[in-house]
Amino acid sequence: MATAEPTPAAPRRAWVEQVMGMPVSIHLRGPRAGSGEAARRVAQVYRELASVDMVFSTYRPRSPVSLVAAGELALADAGAGVQEVAALCELARERTDGAFDAWLPGADPQQRRFDPSGLVKGWAVERAAARLDELDGVDHYLNAGGDIALAADLAAARPPWRIGIEDPRDPANLVSVLELAAGGVATSGTAHRGGHVLDPATGRPPESLRSVTVTGPSLMWADVYATAALVRGEAALDWLEKLEGYAGLLVSSEGVQATTGWAGEVPPH
Amino acid sequence: MRRIVVAVVSTVSGLIMLFAYHTSTMGPGGSTTALGGTSGGLTDPTTSTPDPTPTATAGHRPRHTPSTTASPAGASGTFTGDVANTQWGPVQVQLTVVSGKITKSEAVQYPQGTFRDEQINSYALPILSQEVVDRQSGNIDAISGATITSEGYYQSLQSALDRANL
Repeated sequence: MATAEPTPAAPRRAWVEQVMGMPVSIHLRGPRAGSGEAARRVAQVYRELASVDMVFSTYRPRSPVSLVAAGELALADAGAGVQEVAALCELARERTDGAFDAWLPGADPQQRRFDPSGLVKGWAVERAAARLDELDGVDHYLNAGGDIALAADLAAARPPWRIGIEDPRDPANLVSVLELAAGGVATSGTAHRGGHVLDPATGRPPESLRSVTVTGPSLMWADVYATAALVRGEAALDWLEKLEGYAGLLVSSEGVQATTGWAGEVPPH
Repeated sequence: MRRIVVAVVSTVSGLIMLFAYHTSTMGPGGSTTALGGTSGGLTDPTTSTPDPTPTATAGHRPRHTPSTTASPAGASGTFTGDVANTQWGPVQVQLTVVSGKITKSEAVQYPQGTFRDEQINSYALPILSQEVVDRQSGNIDAISGATITSEGYYQSLQSALDRANL
């Protein structure tokens, strides 16, 4: 009866490290998942994320981004990476009609502080994961605190990755399951740490939605859109519906809603 | 490469066994399939070769009883996976299946050596059992969610999936 296995599963390997203040898992799958080259690439990915953290951490008082936020360093002097991210933050603010804003209100309403954390994570993870694209015969996913960049080679007869979407009302359960072979999945929520997403208009956490998951070709944009949708609240469904190439799933205390492009099953409640 | 501490692992191996279970092959006309073992994972492939055997009741059974004969409506019975000898101790998972649907899953054997183990088992095993029963979601590769923070990680399903392939 052990012969019932349809196809032999491809070899898998996983790594977990704490980087950028969160657990980051990398999973490889395929005939060369256990190769030395694969392990070297994975080490590069972690090194790259750690170096991004040195520059962008708002928890390190002397990081370039902290210095910019404190007004001690001009954006123009903060380095190419910071400027690139600042420009993307501006684009994100435009694309979300201000629902995503890296310039948050501070204690003094006249002064806004620069905090690009909401975009940096997706930006860094998507960029770092691209290093794994170059590995032949290896599928990958990188899960950074619940936000996932992934790739699977369907042409090599390997299945897509199956991604479970956690139920923020009961993290032991899933609200939906997606099968994806490329792109990213990002979930923003108020479930665990309380308000780590702030409404730029009020400086307070949004309340009506428990979590928003967005999937699409870019993890960074999926993450930005998920954050913006969480800020928008229930009205976000219509807004997400209009985003080309992206689909969303909204979980509130009352139930679960998805855009028409959502590829996974959604429970009736 | 520095890895996150492996303190929680004992049960997680139990979780993994459940995740490795392929529900799709349990449908109508399907045959029984792997309850245990993940490729390249925690368990030694030579000791965790899937060999589930249906029995009418839980408990003792002859080894290598004849294969299940799944009815067109789907298999029913109690399926006990082989004992997987993980480095943290033996783990064995049992599923109750009615007409091809899992109605109950439990670890019938898992590491219980220390207080820490028991503490972990007490929350981690029920979590996954419920998960499998509720969603029939064998073969999930990853979890997207807002709770996979440093604080929530060890209780997250993602940590079980990571552990499966470390």
